[in-house]
Amino acid sequence: MPSYQFPVEAAQVALFVRAAGGTDVDIFDPELAAPPTFVQSGAQFDPEWPFRPRPGRPWLGSGREPTGDPTAGDGSILHAEQHFEYFRPVRPGMVLTVTTEPGRTWVKRSRGGGELHFAEQRTEYRDEEGRLVVAAQAVSVTPVPAAAPVPAAAPVPAAAPVPAAAPVSAAAPEEVQR
Amino acid sequence: MNKGDRFEQVLTEDLTRTQIVQYAGVSGDYNPVHTDEVFAVHAGFPSVFAHGMLTMAMTAQALTGWLGEDNLTRYGVRFKKQVWPGDRLVVTAEVEDVRTDESGQRLAELTVTTRNGAGEEVLAGYVTARVGQRTGERP
Repeated sequence: MPSYQFPVEAAQVALFVRAAGGTDVDIFDPELAAPPTFVQSGAQFDPEWPFRPRPGRPWLGSGREPTGDPTAGDGSILHAEQHFEYFRPVRPGMVLTVTTEPGRTWVKRSRGGGELHFAEQRTEYRDEEGRLVVAAQAVSVTPVPAAAPVPAAAPVPAAAPVPAAAPVSAAAPEEVQR
Repeated sequence: MNKGDRFEQVLTEDLTRTQIVQYAGVSGDYNPVHTDEVFAVHAGFPSVFAHGMLTMAMTAQALTGWLGEDNLTRYGVRFKKQVWPGDRLVVTAEVEDVRTDESGQRLAELTVTTRNGAGEEVLAGYVTARVGQRTGERP
């Protein structure tokens, strides 16, 4: 089961609050509360996280050309649902251990005649004593156009640009049939 | 807090590309569909669009203002439509139930909806929060 350490730092909490539209917080307050979805930014410390450029590795974004290396994927995996359960407050100074495991997968037919491949992923954030702090559940969806070959055995395309269970980016499955 | 109580807040009048970039930078989700207009247009989108998790984070910012910072016990959403630069976003929440759990803690169950300027739901979900015993709750 993939696992990594996520140090909770005041500066990242403050930047997260700003990004979410909040006003500046006191980064020296030891009781500075991390916002409810802050743990999502643990992706910064996930060695397997696909949506981060790395030196010497293919990247899908634009440079000289409008798209980068296609082997880095096409960014088409989308976020359908996200759920959190809170057990303990997240505070600067904590080091969370993050473990992720895949959950259910299912397929729905899309309005455009293709398929929508859904995949669930469960993530636990535990403190230094192993106590559960936050439990998260993500549902991602990968649109598969009608013309595209679908692997017979796998409910999620084997050639998906990122691990099928990876937590992902934004938006509505119904909106992305292209 | 009572059943039927409603909250409403404008999250943004005009979502900027820069705010989307801020969220990408702090969260680590640099998927270029959110941050790279050239890539997004080439991929067939009208422009970059916001991370669903940005809308969820902005919505949470309003929720903790109403409910207190450490009072949430559950928060979950479905992302129903993409959110675009220039969108106006308004969150509404309604108290569906207030109950007392085994330990005597009062818990409020709310539905949460965030809509764009056209009134379309972009996010729909729920939040459960402790009420009554914490200083975080607004009267």
